[in-house]
Order: sequence, then C-alpha cells, then structure tokens
Amino acid sequence: MTAALSTKDLSVRFGAFRAVDGVNLNVRPGARHALIGPNGAGKTTLVHALTGSLSPTEGSIAIFGEDITRLSEKDRVRRGLARTFQINQLFRGLSVLDNVVLAIMERDRKTLAFWRSAAADKRAHDEAREHLAFVNLTPHADRAVRDLPYGSQRLLEIAIALATKPRILILDEPAAGVPSSESQAIFERIHALPQDLTLLFIEHDMSLVFRFSDRISVLVAGQVMVEGTPAEISSDDRVKEIYLGRRTGHAA
Amino acid sequence: MSTSSATQGGFYSRIGIQGVTLVLFAGSIASYFLFPEHLALLTQLFVLMVFALSYDLLQGHGGIVSLGHAAFFGLGAYAAAILARTGYNDPLLGLVFAAIVSALVALVLTPIIVRGNDFTRLLVTLGVASLVYEAANRMRWLTGGADGLPDFEIAPLLGLYRFDFEGRTAFIYSFAVFALTYMFLWRVVTSPFGLALRGIRENARRMPAIGSPVRRHLAVAYTLSGGVAGIAGAVLAQTSRFASLDMLGFDRSAEIMMVATLGGSGHMVGVSVGAAAFGWLKDVLSTVSPKYWQLGLGIVLMLSVFVARGGIGSLLDRLRFRRSA
Ligand SMILES: Nc1ncnc2c1ncn2[C@@H]1O[C@H](COP(=O)(O)OP(=O)(O)OP(=O)(O)O)[C@@H](O)[C@H]1O
Ligand SMILES: [Mg+2]
Repeated sequence: MTAALSTKDLSVRFGAFRAVDGVNLNVRPGARHALIGPNGAGKTTLVHALTGSLSPTEGSIAIFGEDITRLSEKDRVRRGLARTFQINQLFRGLSVLDNVVLAIMERDRKTLAFWRSAAADKRAHDEAREHLAFVNLTPHADRAVRDLPYGSQRLLEIAIALATKPRILILDEPAAGVPSSESQAIFERIHALPQDLTLLFIEHDMSLVFRFSDRISVLVAGQVMVEGTPAEISSDDRVKEIYLGRRTGHAA
Repeated sequence: MSTSSATQGGFYSRIGIQGVTLVLFAGSIASYFLFPEHLALLTQLFVLMVFALSYDLLQGHGGIVSLGHAAFFGLGAYAAAILARTGYNDPLLGLVFAAIVSALVALVLTPIIVRGNDFTRLLVTLGVASLVYEAANRMRWLTGGADGLPDFEIAPLLGLYRFDFEGRTAFIYSFAVFALTYMFLWRVVTSPFGLALRGIRENARRMPAIGSPVRRHLAVAYTLSGGVAGIAGAVLAQTSRFASLDMLGFDRSAEIMMVATLGGSGHMVGVSVGAAAFGWLKDVLSTVSPKYWQLGLGIVLMLSVFVARGGIGSLLDRLRFRRSA
C-alpha cells in the first residue's frame, strides 16, 4: 500500500549542523503516528520540511505516492497536507470565527473576490461553526482571538487546520503549554477525528503517546533511532534510557 | 482594524455601510454650506482623504508598509494632466485613465515590492518612488520637469457642469469621487479578499499554511491601492489644473503615512476624519505662521500618539461604546 506520507533520506542542515539527518519516514493512510524525541531532536524542523516552510538540503517527500519535494507550502496544503504549530500561529486580531472562515475561503479559492461580501457567504460561516463546534469553541466564536484563553487558542489551531480539509494532518505538540488536565481534552478531540484522516503528531507526554498512537517514530539528533508499535517502543531499552535519562537530567 | 470593528465586521457588512459612515458623508456635504468660502480647501481635503484611504488599504488592512505611495498619486496626476493637454479633457475619462496608469505601474512593481520584510519594503518603496520622481524630473518634454504641467483645460463634468471659479463643481466632483471610492474600498475590505488581507496583516506566516496565495493577494492589494491613489492625484490635477513634481515627492509619501496613523490604521472612518483634520490643520497653521507651521504640525502629531493611541478611529469607537453603554 502506498504511504500517505513518506520521506526518503530527508536532511535539513543549518550550516554544518544537521538538524534532520537522513530521515526515512512512512506514515500509512489513516495512521495515528506519533513522532517523539528529546528537545532539540529536530522534530519541528522535520515538520517544517514536510510542509514546505523550509526546504530540505537533501532527500525527497511524497504524499500518496506523489513527489511534493518541490511544491510550495501553499500547494502542499492544496493537495491535502495541513499542520498546526507548536507555538500558536493565529490571526490574533480577528474573531475566532473569521480565523476559520478565512481558511475555508482560501481552500475554496474564494479570497480573490474583492467585490463580494464575505459576511454574506452563509455556507462558509456555517461550515466554520461546525469546525468550531467540533473543538468546543462555539461559545467563543465572536470573540477576538487575542482575548481567548490559551487552551482554547490551542484548539483553534486545530480548527483552522481542519478547515483546509486535509487528507494528512501534522500536529506539532498540540497540547504544548497547557496543563495536563486540558491536554487530555485536546487529545480527546484529536482522537475523535475521522478515521480516514492520516495523523502525524508530536508529543512529549508518553502516557498520551501510548494511549493515542498506533505507531511511533523516535527521533534523536535528527535521525530516526527506532520505529515501531507502542508496545515495541515502550519495551525498547534505548528509548527507555533516553527518556529516563532526560527525566533525571531535568530533576537535577 | 480594532477588536471591536473586527468582531462587528460581520454585522456591519451585512447591513451594508456603517452608520458612522453616513454621518461622515452628511458632514462632508454640510461643509459645502458651512464653509462656502473654502471650497478649494475642502476639495483638497477630499483628495487627501481618498489618498489616505488608498494607503490604508495597504498598511491598515494588509499590514504592508510603503514609503513611496506618492509615486502612484503623482502618476495619476500627471496621467490626467497629460491626457487633458492632448485634448481629451473629459474629467471622468481622465480619472479612468489615471486609475489605469497608476494601477498598472503598481502591478508591474509588485514582484520587487512583495519580496522581503517590512524593512526592505520601506527601502524598496522609497527607492522606487525616488526613481519615478527622477524620471518625471528628467522627462521635461512630457512632464514639464521642475516647472510642472500648467495650462490645461478640463471639460465640464458630464458635459454639463463647468469647473467654475468658486470651486463648486470641483467640490461636488471631489466629494463624489471620495464617496464612491470610499464605498468601493469598504466593499473591498469586507470581501473575502479583504479578510485574506487582514489575515496577512495578523499573521503572514500562517497564511501559506492555510493554502493562501499571499503574493497574489499582495499584488491585488497594490494594484487596487495604486489605482485609487492615482484617482486622488488625478482629481487634484484636474481641479487645480496643475501637475507638479511635489505630487510625486517623498514629503507626500511620508505625510500620508502620518495621516493614516493619525486616523487609526485599518479604520476607514478614522482615516477619513484624520486626513481631513490633518489637511485642515496644515492649512490653518500655515496661515497663522508661514514659518513654523511644520513645527506645530509635528507637535500635534506627537501628542496624538499619546492622547489617541490607535488614532481617531479608536476614539470614535470609544465614543460609540460610551453612548450605547
Ligand atoms: N533556523 C534555525 N537555524 C539554526 N538552527 C536551528 C534553526 N531551527 C532549529 N534549529 C536547531 O535545530 C535543532 C532542532 O530544533 P527543533 O525545533 O526541530 O527541535 P524539536 O525536536 O522540535 O524540539 P522541541 O521538542 O523542543 O520542540 C535545535 O538544536 C535547534 O536549535
Ligand atoms: Mg518542536
């Protein structure tokens, strides 16, 4: 079966430093694929390369068998590859609803029209409200994003990405910075996404990773150290060492 | 756009135009009867308002700075003047011609302006405007160089209304142009394209991640903005029967940036009122003190930053809230 998302010897170099170093990734359609690894392992850099906000130094990327290495970020989104950001990238001065409406209108190529009323587009607004309902943001629809609690902003990140109607969604630490009580809720929403949507997500909390993923790749120093099922990964000695080592390192 | 207008945008664009806009239009018309001695000044104020609105589409709504916007204003002025001198002196024809010339030049320039960040954009727009200025200065055969382009006639408006000495026709003409461009730009900023433009202002980095053709949006914004600036310049040239280098100059570019900030970026009523206030103040101060008026203007501008953060637009919003509260 063709992978939903795959890379071949993908590398990103910053000067002499290899942030991503020869990564071969295979994400199967409909997967709940987790990407884990210590801070600075290159996870976000890999996501940048996958989505095209950064061009790789070497290697290639394909979605559903189509080589997209040379496509712009915009064109990858149009082919169904969307992402969320580890650090919120929202339209802070706009209303919550407009954030999602904008993504819908861009998807439907409606934003070239400057002679029509945006507010009169009922279909786009209705759909936007559905996405907001999915992430439980309906009560906040008309608020400005900058007035929104941080946890809700993390959910809006997801709603915007969903509004592009992706086939593959990459979530870069969707629960970054929120208390663990709320990160549960965020992952419940991710878990409720349609089964045919392929997910690649980054997460540091191992209990969440083991609960919500069906496949795990461990990235260390820019390289995939090991890949496997949650059971395989949880019993892998090298992984244990990295994560235990990291914990004690933090405690010190 | 302020938070309030951002969240109320949906409501207002559904009912068409804002109530405050009608007040603005009514005030504009009333000025004709209140200050019949000053129709020439009022005409210039409308020109400044149109120019400010064109700039605000870029900076206020798109978050795109430009230090060379007078280039499009001046191009429109020269286009209208040159066309009139060839004998095609219908004012509306001149207006359309000026809009097309300025819009086309803006469109051609976008590839170099769109590149880079705010800082490089300031430098590039500054550089481009200086080039346009120097070109106009050198091409004496076309532009009259430093002497400008005087001595051309403008045919009666709609073939009926002569541009009279008292400036009545000029007032009505410039007001009509202001009202129509205002409504046009209002439609633009409340359109899907306008939403995308505000998306670029709010987070240019996220835009490609939702599949947005950012460069294309910027090209459209520049083209529209340049065209409207050209219209403003054309009205000034037609009503003053003169086109000159200062219409292209750096002073005018810097001035419009100040005016838009004073008015309140992204707030169309605020920007219009700010432009009128600025133009009026400039006139008053230069009469009071021909020597030191720029100093006075500078002080007022600096004070306005402290007194009215967010410009006149945010003051207006606060007034509106107090009333409804
Ligand atoms: N633009 C850049 N220029 C130079 N070095 C960079 C750049 N971006 C990232 N790096 C470096 O690349 C390495 C990988 O960073 P990256 O953000 O991808 O890590 P990460 O795995 O996402 O970490 P975290 O878990 O903390 O989010 C880090 O050492 C970082 O300092
Ligand atoms: Mg990261």
